[in-house]
Amino acid sequence: MKKYLIAGFGGQGVLFIGRILAQAGLEEDKQVTWLPSYGPEMRGGTANCSVIIAAKKIGSPIVSRPDIAVMMNTPSYKKFLPHVVPGGFMFLNSSIIPDTAALPSRADIRILRVPINEMAHEMGKDSVANIIMLGVIQAVTPVVSDAAIQAALAGISTKNHELKELNEKALNIGYQYGVSLG
Amino acid sequence: MKTLMKGNEAIAEAALQAGCRLFFGYPITPSTEIPEYMAKKMKRVGGTFLQAESEVAAINMVYGAAAAGERVMTATSTPGFSLMQEGVSYIFAAELPVVIVDVMRHGPGLGGLGATQADYFQLTKGGGHGDYHPIVLAPATVMEMVELTYLAFDLADEYRNPVILALEGISGQMMEPVEFMPYRPKALPPKTWAATGIGDKPKVNIVSYVLANEAGELHNLHWAKKIERMRAAEQRYDTYRMDDAEFALVAFGISGRIAESAVDILRAEGIRIGLFRPISLWPFPTDGMRKYSRIRGWLSVELSAGQMVDDVRLTVGSGTPVHFFGRQGGMTPDPEDVAEAFKMALHNELNAGGVR
Repeated sequence: MKKYLIAGFGGQGVLFIGRILAQAGLEEDKQVTWLPSYGPEMRGGTANCSVIIAAKKIGSPIVSRPDIAVMMNTPSYKKFLPHVVPGGFMFLNSSIIPDTAALPSRADIRILRVPINEMAHEMGKDSVANIIMLGVIQAVTPVVSDAAIQAALAGISTKNHELKELNEKALNIGYQYGVSLG
Repeated sequence: MKTLMKGNEAIAEAALQAGCRLFFGYPITPSTEIPEYMAKKMKRVGGTFLQAESEVAAINMVYGAAAAGERVMTATSTPGFSLMQEGVSYIFAAELPVVIVDVMRHGPGLGGLGATQADYFQLTKGGGHGDYHPIVLAPATVMEMVELTYLAFDLADEYRNPVILALEGISGQMMEPVEFMPYRPKALPPKTWAATGIGDKPKVNIVSYVLANEAGELHNLHWAKKIERMRAAEQRYDTYRMDDAEFALVAFGISGRIAESAVDILRAEGIRIGLFRPISLWPFPTDGMRKYSRIRGWLSVELSAGQMVDDVRLTVGSGTPVHFFGRQGGMTPDPEDVAEAFKMALHNELNAGGVR
């Protein structure tokens, strides 16, 4: 069982990353849950979602101790850093979250910094930053197959051919970046 | 084929598949995906979606449509559900089949949107006036939401009674894989009682009251018989690892899922514990619960100040300890918190038997 927590500002596509991961789990006929954050946080400008992918029936769909955390802004990073399980992973949007000693950190989890906004900007499409992050996550912490992620992404964006190609490209750029992180 | 779907949307789709062709409602978060889905899809199946001016109007539209023999539904959330109570009481008295979805938000008062189950008393003890009971079903997964929506329409028609689906806001928003099995309606007699206003059948008049006391009591006695029939036949529950259990958690809906994870944690520590999950909140599954007479201690896990725990106590009697653990205001406990609460609450019983 793998538990994801993906958090950031509304509009950064955090719910969408979770949606693709959950759909990819379904493509492999796994048990999945997707749960958006709901409450004043949304109004305060942050959004988050919990995703669980498991081989067996899922009890609680609420993720408070993620194996894999994806933090798209500084408030989310500060809030959820203590909650990642030891040995877990935290992917950061380093375009927004500064690399400063003033921020708390942890030595017992792997923290990976990815400048997704710059990478998306270089691609000429700022809005695919979240898909780039998805590619990095898939390269470093694959829970489902690459094919399942690709199928899930294609399945959701099939109506718009141009967008589909862009998403594929962004996923691949993220994937390559993730591979380079080792 | 399985697809990912939000709980609220799955309920709306299941209602359409079950032949619901009329929806009246007033949108309120976190139930709004239901009217939204109905607004999009109802026309395609030849039905009518209508946004009422208020919940009071919506429940009375539902009342009228049910009297005409149509499968009809409304969906709301806690404060809106409160506004509908007068209508639910009248619908019970008029013996009309209606399906109501209550996607709970917390209270008292306006209440936020976080997970809560604090409508339990209002749902199960008669939120409106008079001696009545709707059937109340509490799904825990999106798949179960579909199954129970199908069932709700059949039960409503069978008993000519309001049936309520109750779920937490986060369950309505949650996506899970879902498959729509073909809806197979239960064989039920035609609705000869319906005020259809056509053909040459005898005139029917649907009323919810009679003024003469003697006749009024006869009505009450008739309804009481129906309540007893429903109580006997419609108790539903699920269990998890109860076969050799010495202790049990009891929880419904999202709490049932959290408690299920807590059972695994406690089992890993060698404690023989299981989960009893009521699916019908009314009728409360007393018969099923009483089968587990060997249970040495119960913990009711709820997102409220402790409501269902009263029914657990009434069911198991005073000979067995029944404790309560809950969170409120939209907060949910982690499974670890539930496991810890269990060990604290049933400390004496655990030690008396020795941890096994």
